[in-house]
Amino acid sequence: MARTLIKLPATARRGEVIEIRTLISHPMETGYRPGADGQVLPRNIIRRFSCRYNGELVFSAELFPAIAANPNLIFHTVATESGKLTFTWEGDNNFAQTESADITVTA
Amino acid sequence: MHAKPGPNLKRRRLLAGSAALGATILVRPAAAAPDELTAAVQAWTGGVKPASGRVKFDIASLVDNGNAVPITVSVDSAMTATDHVAAIAIFNERNPQRDVARFTLGPRAGRARVSTRIRLATSQKLTAVARMSDGSYWSDTVDVVVTLAACIEGEG
Amino acid sequence: MRVLFFMLCALLSLAAAAQRLSGATFMGPSTQAMQRDDSLNPAMLWVKEGETAWRRSDEGNGKSCASCHGDAERAMRGVAARYPAFDAQAGRPINLGQRINQCRVRQQAAALAPESDALLSLESYIALQSRGMPAAAPDDARLQPFLERGQARWQQRMGQLNLSCAQCHDQRWGQRLGSSIIPQAHATGYPIYRLEWQAMGSLQRRLRNCLSGVRAALYPAGSPELVELELYLAHRARGMEMEAPAVRP
Repeated sequence: MARTLIKLPATARRGEVIEIRTLISHPMETGYRPGADGQVLPRNIIRRFSCRYNGELVFSAELFPAIAANPNLIFHTVATESGKLTFTWEGDNNFAQTESADITVTA
Repeated sequence: MHAKPGPNLKRRRLLAGSAALGATILVRPAAAAPDELTAAVQAWTGGVKPASGRVKFDIASLVDNGNAVPITVSVDSAMTATDHVAAIAIFNERNPQRDVARFTLGPRAGRARVSTRIRLATSQKLTAVARMSDGSYWSDTVDVVVTLAACIEGEG
Repeated sequence: MRVLFFMLCALLSLAAAAQRLSGATFMGPSTQAMQRDDSLNPAMLWVKEGETAWRRSDEGNGKSCASCHGDAERAMRGVAARYPAFDAQAGRPINLGQRINQCRVRQQAAALAPESDALLSLESYIALQSRGMPAAAPDDARLQPFLERGQARWQQRMGQLNLSCAQCHDQRWGQRLGSSIIPQAHATGYPIYRLEWQAMGSLQRRLRNCLSGVRAALYPAGSPELVELELYLAHRARGMEMEAPAVRP
């Protein structure tokens, strides 16, 4: 399991735009870099990130080797209702990880 | 030329050899680069040349290390159901491949502003393109200087 | 009057030379922001793992760090600021990573490999508990001979490039080596997330990189020579603010 850090407000007013910050530990090996023996290391990256808000996709990203190791993503969403935000990272070598966070939305 | 950590004597020989070749293994030839960047952008827009404006690409003009360069792309948009940013794509000029990232937004995003950290193989231009809900395209291009690390340090 | 003027200039330049600056001073604003903000600092991924490891008791001995030490926020406060410290059992100074392993082995847990994520996680979590505090390498008479050796090594020319640490970091800080600005090399931020490594690493990893940079033979990881250098660096930085876990280019 990769380590993740997710930062978002625990509560928000309905209609408020909130900022979500994510960090995940992952080498994002580009597939262009030679290893210690001179052989190019195979690509191993996170290819896709998605954020769902009570099941509905609100943001997604397609990532390429040009994204840095241990990548962070900062994006926004509108606080519409209380519930659960889920964050999914998928990539090479069947990498798949999901984390979630609850949000309480007040009137 | 930015072969990154794990070096030892073999790597130094490899680097010395590639330096002799003009170090073009990981860096595109200068002449082709701007054309390839344009081609990559237009492949994404379906042949449309994006208009300048509305998009702001924030990046340090001189970066400490090309391995992790913070960027923020923001697009001027009300992000309503009928008028919003549908997608943002970022392209580069001189990395081994043109794509950096593609983001899918929509009215639920609330604000068209995304930040991350990217890798830059060398000094080059970067273009961020926004696809709006009305089918129009807007872009911003930046020029970044990436300096090499002073000592090519082995790990031993 | 002229004599007074020159004396003043000399004093001022001495004061400037005595000014100690963190490595963060020599980084660009966006790298500084990466260090300042825990939601941006990749090192916090290791800190989070360290926090989990601190409480984990799956070592086979049924114990966790917390079993004996309790909350790290309280028990480890100021600890990293005092390292390297003299170890009576070894009869010489040891660094924080070595102390962690010594403790683990005494409790019948396995030692963690140097530069491993597991060790760096614990080390960065513990180092975080000294963040903001002044570096406080102790005045310990037993450390004196080791400190002197560390200082001698700092000033000794080394490697094919025949450079000493002092020549760059004491005499030419602020000037450029290639395109990079030479920092003063105060080790107040370790373990660091180094952009060049795209990973966390210890001070010893960085020292070995420097030795490699001047084409000197590398002291093995964990060797007494490197710990003596760490000890000298800790004394040299006494009073400066601890920044661990820092970000560096």
